[in-house]
Amino acid sequence: MSYKAKFKVWRGEGGEGRLEDFTVEVNEGEVVLDIIHRLQATQAPDLAVRWNCKAGKCGSCSMEINGKPRLGCMTRMSTFDEDETITVTPMRTFPVIKDLVTDVSYNYQKAREIPSFTPPAGVRPGEYRMKQVDVERSQEFRKCIECFMCNNVCHVIRDHEENKTNFSGPRFLMRIAELDMHPYDVADRQEAAQEEHGLGYCNITKCCTEVCPEHIKITDNALIPMKERVVDRKYDPLVWLGDKIFRRK
Amino acid sequence: MENTHNTERHEYDVVVIGAGGAGLRAAIEARQQGKRTAIVCKSLFGKAHTVMAEGGAAAAMGNVNPDDNWMVHFRDTMRGGKFLNNWRMAELHAKEAPDRVWELEAWGALFDRTKDGKISQRNFGGHEYPRLAHVGDRTGLEMIRTLQQRVVALQQEDHETHGDYEAYIKVFAECTVTRLLKDGDRISGAFGYWRESGNFVLFDAPAVVLATGGIGKSYVVTSNSWEYTGDGHALALLAGANLINMEFIQFHPTGMVWPPSVRGILVTESVRGDGGVLRNSEGKRFMFDYIPEVFKHQYATTEEEADRWYTDQANNRRPPELLPRDEVARAINAEVKAGRGSPQGGVFLDVSTRLPAEEIKRRLPSMHHQFKELADVDITAEPMQVGPTCHYVMGGVEVDADTGAAAVPGLFAAGEVSGGMHGSNRLGGNSLSDLLVFGRRAGAGAAAYVDELAGRPKVLPEQVESARQEALAPLGRSGDNPYEVHHELQRTMNDLVGIIRKAEEVSEALQVVEKLKERVKMVGAAGSAVYNPGWHLAIDLRNMVLVSECVARAALMREESRGGHTRDDFPAMDPKWRRKLLLCSLGDGSAVKVEEKAQQQMRDDLITLFDRDELTKYLTDEEMAEFDGIAKS
Repeated sequence: MSYKAKFKVWRGEGGEGRLEDFTVEVNEGEVVLDIIHRLQATQAPDLAVRWNCKAGKCGSCSMEINGKPRLGCMTRMSTFDEDETITVTPMRTFPVIKDLVTDVSYNYQKAREIPSFTPPAGVRPGEYRMKQVDVERSQEFRKCIECFMCNNVCHVIRDHEENKTNFSGPRFLMRIAELDMHPYDVADRQEAAQEEHGLGYCNITKCCTEVCPEHIKITDNALIPMKERVVDRKYDPLVWLGDKIFRRK
Repeated sequence: MENTHNTERHEYDVVVIGAGGAGLRAAIEARQQGKRTAIVCKSLFGKAHTVMAEGGAAAAMGNVNPDDNWMVHFRDTMRGGKFLNNWRMAELHAKEAPDRVWELEAWGALFDRTKDGKISQRNFGGHEYPRLAHVGDRTGLEMIRTLQQRVVALQQEDHETHGDYEAYIKVFAECTVTRLLKDGDRISGAFGYWRESGNFVLFDAPAVVLATGGIGKSYVVTSNSWEYTGDGHALALLAGANLINMEFIQFHPTGMVWPPSVRGILVTESVRGDGGVLRNSEGKRFMFDYIPEVFKHQYATTEEEADRWYTDQANNRRPPELLPRDEVARAINAEVKAGRGSPQGGVFLDVSTRLPAEEIKRRLPSMHHQFKELADVDITAEPMQVGPTCHYVMGGVEVDADTGAAAVPGLFAAGEVSGGMHGSNRLGGNSLSDLLVFGRRAGAGAAAYVDELAGRPKVLPEQVESARQEALAPLGRSGDNPYEVHHELQRTMNDLVGIIRKAEEVSEALQVVEKLKERVKMVGAAGSAVYNPGWHLAIDLRNMVLVSECVARAALMREESRGGHTRDDFPAMDPKWRRKLLLCSLGDGSAVKVEEKAQQQMRDDLITLFDRDELTKYLTDEEMAEFDGIAKS
């Protein structure tokens, strides 16, 4: 069952690099990450790759396989022809540290800019009562394993470094939606979604949804409903009137 | 300090090593008590092994069955650990777990709900009542994300107050600690390197909390991630602390067996908790043949009774598929050995004939996904093939139950790296709650220790320099390939100190480990110090070999079978051995020393929570006489 596959793997650090050719053994049932590990053990001991659980649960081994953002641990070799050359490159939206490892600190900065869960005052731990149907919407978004592939694929920042300051990417717009839909969250999040996190940049091309390894419907269930909530508020005549009279923020 | 000129220096009150459930909970506590806290972790923030926990966190909230309470949970925990547990830890754990789970909810966690809107609880092996708070089968992810977001919330508070997110709590991600530093007998800091750049980092800190998890990467077939190289266990030993119970390793009964590249990946116990059954190649539900004497009264003896239990727990006994993990793992092992295994060397775990497809997808979404994507198996239509996988080490740093303090002043430990709580075998679901309960206690313990310190221990330059030399050594050498040495260690431990052990094999393993110890000193890593996995592995090998030696030496010494330690040559449980713990330490040299230590006697009000009949299965005659005295008075 075993065969030799041709791989091109991006190698380099400090802003420079190139695709390196490898011929490497592949066995039944293996995934791309197994092959990267075999390269480390036999041909390139210092080949850098992030990984952890190897079961699609931690979101560490995000990479681009033949140009598509994928988790290395969930991409089976059997999905390729045996004579196909497989090209593995780092995520394009984030600066490369070395080989397949990128600097994803952008994501952690954005996470920090979103005000945390804000329960109403006076509800003590143990007193929370929520219906299953009411938590399910946010639960879907909490399936996120933070592989950051949605942010990687999003065209707003993929080739537009300049947008990174004003755009938090699908991952964190979804986080805002998650909090906004949390039955006990009382913070006002809609204006910030639009003004500070760049919800308006999203033109719902659904690239994020397509690459999500957790199959979260990011666009349909998080981004579009958030846009609707923002719009409802902006164009609701009563809200408009209220804003005029009370100078609400 | 000339020799350490390219070493960054940071001052903290508390340094937490590890950012899984225990580490984050410890750090949150230390910061909430006003301590400047560093979290140092080998992976990115939010990727720790805790994300892989599936089933849930055990806490006797009584939301599903109001008869549940801390005493029932305490009893289940002690039974699961075959009465070898540190009873004080089991007591604190059972009492405090509900508060720790509720606290997560107040920090934004969204657990699955009961009909009346409370946190739902599910059945699990060894737990008398439905007890595990859960989110589908991704509870660990929910927990890590909630704690991660709590850390961020605290950073936001600090940003408000001090204008700096990292004024009081900072995460050093992709940073590995290689040595603890001491001033006399006290902790004075920690030394490590940035994985990204290879640059060195020095933490000047009077208190260190170890929360590094387990040791599974010393085995080939394991559910553990690469991070589980026993770092905390080894750091503690090297700093002069003791490890206990290292012979007890939990082989989770249900790991994937196929394809080979995913062998060992966990299949959650929730599959059985939610109705899944184990069958051999003859189609027989074989677990009925493996109910041990000590559990005879609690488990169903017929399929009919077992099946009724799912809907009527008051009038039926539990299915034997839900025996503690050690029992189920041994049973699967025996079935396969007897030639009744599945085609790919496991047994069948079937939920497809037990629940409707939609229900399976709702309750076990990540299992459905995992089998579909990795093995082309649709678990709603066909059985899974599963077999035992190295999952958890019960042994770890010997700590004070209340504060998490180790024998070395200033050193604390919580979670899997600590020992005692689970005795000889951990119940499923007791890990996530352990992380929360003892993470918080260790964080508080470290904070209190810092408050009481008269003077700050000093970092000694010569210790820093020798740590630096040690870390750099593999980079300059053209020695053995670290990947090969690692593989040999994994094979050795797997084959010779695995689920079933015998003296000759364990002795043979020790000889191999001795040789590997020498080879580890000579491994070489090609390439630069920048994000170099070969170099990182070369450094981790020191820890894996040291910890493996502890496991093997303790396993050789304990001449009985109990929980996660099964001796083919001593198949019975021996009450005399229950009174002894095996304590590993490093003498002056690098050889592991194992000594017997007497187990503390259980407090009167705790031991009297058990029936006399049950205790006779575990205690010596002498202890029973004492018990009768207590019971009378």
